[in-house]
Amino acid sequence: MGWNRKVLRVNLTAGTCTEEALNMQWADEYLGSRGLATKYLVSEIDPRVDPLSPDNKMIMATGPLTGTMASTGGRYTVVTKGPLTGAIACSNSGGFFGAEMKFAGWDMVIFEGKSAKPVWLYIENDKAELRDASGLWGRSCWETEEKIKEQLQDPLVRISSIGVSGENQVLYSCIVNDLHRAAGRSGVGAVMGSKNLKAVAIRGTKGVSGIKDFGAFLKATNDAKKVLADNAVTGQGLPKYGTQVLMNVINEIGALPTRNHRDVQFEDASKISAEAMHEKRASDGKTHLVTNAACFGCTIACGRISEIDKTHFTVKNSPKYWGASGGLEYEAAWALGAANGVGDLEALQYANLICNEQGMDPISFGATVGAAMELYELGILTDEKIGMAAPFGSAEALAKMVEMTALGEGFGKELGLGSKRLCEKYGRPELSMSVKGQEFPAYDSRGIQGMGLAYATSNRGACHLRGYTVASEVLGIPVKTDPLTTEGKPELVKAFQDATAVFDSAGICVFTSFAWTLADVQPQVAAACEGDWSMEKLNEVGERIWNMERMFNNAAGFTAKDDNLPPRLTQEPAKTGPAKGLVNGLAKMLPEYYQVRGWTPGGEPTAETRARLGL
Amino acid sequence: MTIRIAFKLFASLSDYLPDGHRGNRLELEVDEGTTVAEMIRRYNVPERSAHLVLVNGHFVPPSERARKRLAEGDELAIWPPIAGG
Repeated sequence: MGWNRKVLRVNLTAGTCTEEALNMQWADEYLGSRGLATKYLVSEIDPRVDPLSPDNKMIMATGPLTGTMASTGGRYTVVTKGPLTGAIACSNSGGFFGAEMKFAGWDMVIFEGKSAKPVWLYIENDKAELRDASGLWGRSCWETEEKIKEQLQDPLVRISSIGVSGENQVLYSCIVNDLHRAAGRSGVGAVMGSKNLKAVAIRGTKGVSGIKDFGAFLKATNDAKKVLADNAVTGQGLPKYGTQVLMNVINEIGALPTRNHRDVQFEDASKISAEAMHEKRASDGKTHLVTNAACFGCTIACGRISEIDKTHFTVKNSPKYWGASGGLEYEAAWALGAANGVGDLEALQYANLICNEQGMDPISFGATVGAAMELYELGILTDEKIGMAAPFGSAEALAKMVEMTALGEGFGKELGLGSKRLCEKYGRPELSMSVKGQEFPAYDSRGIQGMGLAYATSNRGACHLRGYTVASEVLGIPVKTDPLTTEGKPELVKAFQDATAVFDSAGICVFTSFAWTLADVQPQVAAACEGDWSMEKLNEVGERIWNMERMFNNAAGFTAKDDNLPPRLTQEPAKTGPAKGLVNGLAKMLPEYYQVRGWTPGGEPTAETRARLGL
Repeated sequence: MTIRIAFKLFASLSDYLPDGHRGNRLELEVDEGTTVAEMIRRYNVPERSAHLVLVNGHFVPPSERARKRLAEGDELAIWPPIAGG
């Protein structure tokens, strides 16, 4: 059946843990993980609730394929109303935590209310209890994980936690599991911190049972794994070079946002690329990259494990950072690097380590530093205000700012609010490179037109993982389209958005979609889950999830005017590269997108669309 | 007549770069009229690995590679099938 049919409800105000049956009608309509947890959330909270108040809820959820032998079936999702955006927040993580939740017999955990004092949740199969976290509060994610394992005398327990930044409610703090995997975006860690919930530790020994047709599931998952292995991207490119291989590509096509999107090409891109991570350093003769790594059940293994240069100024006096650890992935390398004009690979890895250690989204953090550096260069922020000189390209400023933000010191408190609030405070709101308050990831939409529409309409604010048209526009997956035109992009964006919602809700990694289409996912879901899981139904489920998220945002106060891009992208043409002279053509794409979606010109699903999708 | 171009091979294709390259880039003099397909063949880049072929950042589809002639100052960059996120 795919699902365990069991939900754990944790009321942090009352200190209770209660078992509930999973709503199977909703499972049939929303599949699992992102879709199903969002259905629970939108049914239980007021869309206008303050995200950091006890009335907001936070759900950690698995999908029907999580924990199974489906490749990449280790994903789990954190769904809540996000404090960075005020929109739906839905952050997905790999590692091993999600599978462990499934092995313990739960499909999802719903957190509500707020604990009077710091607590952590311990789940051991059917048993769930809240424990005192006063000894953990103030500690990093890494220390928290170590302390809980030590306390339980169990090295195999899987843990998701927040660091000091989540406790301080940095608006882009994340929830870190397995040391360097994270439910990263939209500030889900701040919601956890607002509830005085430090960590969730799970030990599950039940395995996964109840697959509907085990023989068919074995065949479907094996067939799909062969597709991944035989594909040049998922079988060779991603394991060897990781996501970081994009750095030179995106720079070459003139879509690498540089210095807060002032430029679209970075002169030092090659120094912070995947190829650079494979080169031997002059200082110690070692490569930055140590090995690749895989999350639970993954047959791609795109993760990067690196070792920082011990002689680098950031760590020469801090041996705790000398060991092999996670990173750099493309998004982090871009946000900490090109976005700020910093071309020092070791400094980027240091900032990335701090983000992992204390639980911060490196995309939003890095992009906020980019905004601060622009304000500094304009003379609006001063040395005195920041506490240092902070021009574009300063690795020293980046390293100092990541420490200050993670620990909530000095100007770091302002950086922790994100670029929207920072730029508003200093009178230059247009310099925040964000949509709905969330910072852009690593693609400039003047050079990849479809991404402008994907960002503007993303339900969780600017994001590449809601509709990754880069795959088609740049990489030719599944077919190559022209990144410099707007033609056909509304349909393309919708197709990517709906399909991604299915991948996310199944409990698998969206990176499989570089090789798989929904036709590869469908036999796996159909064999695991009871009910009819045809291609038609999966397509409908994806569209239903997208519209449900949209309706929540509309009810929270978002309108068509929030489906927008900063003026820099729609009015200031790209200066160099293939997109030279171009701005993003959002105004052309957006009305057509609404039409393709079956929405009103005001960006709301029509009554007919809602009826068709059962919303 | 010769022209000067930059030839760039990335990821696993960097092994096919001839001596003298800096990082993934090599400046070369080639005969005027040299096509993208000729460059791919000349440096033994397996055709099926020449997935993302860009001239000055613009994609050159497989069907046009035999016709696409390089010009003075062009930057020819090639990647195998890759992706990221």
